[in-house]
Amino acid sequence: MDKYLEMIRIRFLMMLAYRTNYYTGILIYSINIGAYYFLWSAIYGEKDAIEGMSVIHMSTYVAIAWMARAFYFNNIDREMAAEIKEGKVAVELIRPYNYLGMKTMQGLGEGIFRLFFFSVPGMVIVSFIFPLQFSADAATWLLFVLSIVLSFFINIQINLLTGITTFFLFNNTGLIRAKRVVIDLFSGLLIPISFFPTWAQDVLKFLPFQGISYVPSMIFTNSFSNNEAVQAIILQGIWVLILIIPIQILWIIAKKQLIIQGG
Amino acid sequence: MKDAITVRNLKKEFKAYSSRSGLKGAFRDLLTRNYKIVPAVNDISFNVKQGEMVGYIGENGAGKSTTIKMLTGILTPTSGEVTVNGMNPHRDREKFVSTIGVVFGQRSQLWWDIAVQESFRLLKKVYKVSDEQFESHMAHVIKTLGLEPLLDKPVRKLSLGQRMRCELAAALIHNPPLLFLDEPTIGLDVLVKLKIREFLKEINEKYNTTILLTTHDLTEIEALCERVVMLDDGKIIYDGALKSLKEKWGEGKEIEFQFLEEVEITDLNSITASSEVKWEKNDKEPIYTAIVEDNDELISLLIAKVVADLKVKDINIKETSTEEIIRNIYDRGIS
Ligand SMILES: Nc1ncnc2c1ncn2[C@@H]1O[C@H](COP(=O)(O)OP(=O)(O)OP(=O)(O)O)[C@@H](O)[C@H]1O
Ligand SMILES: [Mg+2]
Repeated sequence: MDKYLEMIRIRFLMMLAYRTNYYTGILIYSINIGAYYFLWSAIYGEKDAIEGMSVIHMSTYVAIAWMARAFYFNNIDREMAAEIKEGKVAVELIRPYNYLGMKTMQGLGEGIFRLFFFSVPGMVIVSFIFPLQFSADAATWLLFVLSIVLSFFINIQINLLTGITTFFLFNNTGLIRAKRVVIDLFSGLLIPISFFPTWAQDVLKFLPFQGISYVPSMIFTNSFSNNEAVQAIILQGIWVLILIIPIQILWIIAKKQLIIQGG
Repeated sequence: MKDAITVRNLKKEFKAYSSRSGLKGAFRDLLTRNYKIVPAVNDISFNVKQGEMVGYIGENGAGKSTTIKMLTGILTPTSGEVTVNGMNPHRDREKFVSTIGVVFGQRSQLWWDIAVQESFRLLKKVYKVSDEQFESHMAHVIKTLGLEPLLDKPVRKLSLGQRMRCELAAALIHNPPLLFLDEPTIGLDVLVKLKIREFLKEINEKYNTTILLTTHDLTEIEALCERVVMLDDGKIIYDGALKSLKEKWGEGKEIEFQFLEEVEITDLNSITASSEVKWEKNDKEPIYTAIVEDNDELISLLIAKVVADLKVKDINIKETSTEEIIRNIYDRGIS
């Protein structure tokens, strides 16, 4: 376990070495939040609420969804693809650790870094600019924390899955990009799932994506009752377990037929 | 003593895809791709005892790196058996790899953006090395390889030679009983090479570490390895002492003559007709080389005969170098 914790620390250090990148990141995220805020304000117009969400709910939803994204989002899939293409996995495989486990920890190190240096300061800045509403209920915060941790795991598992496909497809840049768009759209980052047509909502219920952004954001904005929140979190947990299966299967096959590029 | 490495009928085949030419070919490639199966390692068997230093040599593309990748558990063999440190490298990978150290000359295993000592610290955790062990062992390694001034620098700021020394230290953090070195001194200057060589000898003596080394620098093999395994086209063509390789394929001694007068090969042949000699003339300079069996009597007799008949400007007696022997074997094959 020690080694996995150490990896989180190392990743944190690496991010720290390049921290200036993140100040520009905060700006970009703030612009995104601003753009969506004005878009939604225009859509709401005179209306008090749409699909049970008021405009202030919605701006909080947008802000938290983007700031949460800074925590769960990472480029581990792209990193894996590069490592596989350049033959660097060879080096990973001579280490006495689980490659996928280590990748998860690197993602976590990155997430924790972004949480402190990006999401929290970003949220403070954004809350000065836009009217947001924070819950005062400790239970909400607790559920939110639980939910956001699970959303990290769902997202990284999908990333690992995408990364492993490099072993089979060799060039999967397109797939990685498509995955990103799919997640941003179907996770509820851009539009809350409750705004989708009913049939689409029904389909999305059977996919893991809403566990990434929609669930934690709805919890944060108090749009779920405690009961609904607990149910949603349990579903997130189930998805984390389910996703282990395809990852392990693909990984075993990949290792068997692995070809290391370069001498 | 038990063997560190046992390899039986090991084979690795790669699919080599070939692209069809032209646009039409490119479309056909989308559907079905032509490939042929190339054996990179073709049915090899050998053993390495604990504490041995073995040179694994062969031409470019002979299959050396492929073998090492199988021995370290990175690649699955197509067929055959591998037992290293009593384990199956691929099946028991996670447990197995903590008993070996590996250096790939062309590939860094340190983390690019962080200081060398952070990499060491991470590896120490990864290999579960205790503080005392780390202190006593690594302090020595760091000192011998002269790494103190490099420790706080990020790897990307190191020169090749500096980085390679750190890589070697990183491979030794857990003091493994078996070390695989795939071209560890590629592109290094003479001094660094010498340092690494001395160091490898030292750990071999101190800890009885087994070392399997591939390199194209034969002086290195000569300095370190008593035994060589030579690979050609995926097959082992020689496995034995470096010394007997020299005795068997070293083509005796070469004696170079320069004369004060014009001389023809036929003259030389007739002068030395009574002994077994082969004369060769250098293309560029007026140097004649007599190739004779390595026998002191024979050589002095030959020189006496030549000197008696011709005016000699310079004589030079040379032993065939390992490099030449190996080159000859690569050129002509072993038989
Ligand atoms: N990923 C791969 N796909 C297809 N063929 C490969 C692959 N890797 C190696 N080969 C082939 O296997 C053979 C052996 O390669 P290998 O890297 O083991 O050679 P080597 O002895 O290490 O050579 P060098 O001295 O140049 O490092 C070569 O003919 C090479 O083309
Ligand atoms: Mg090689």
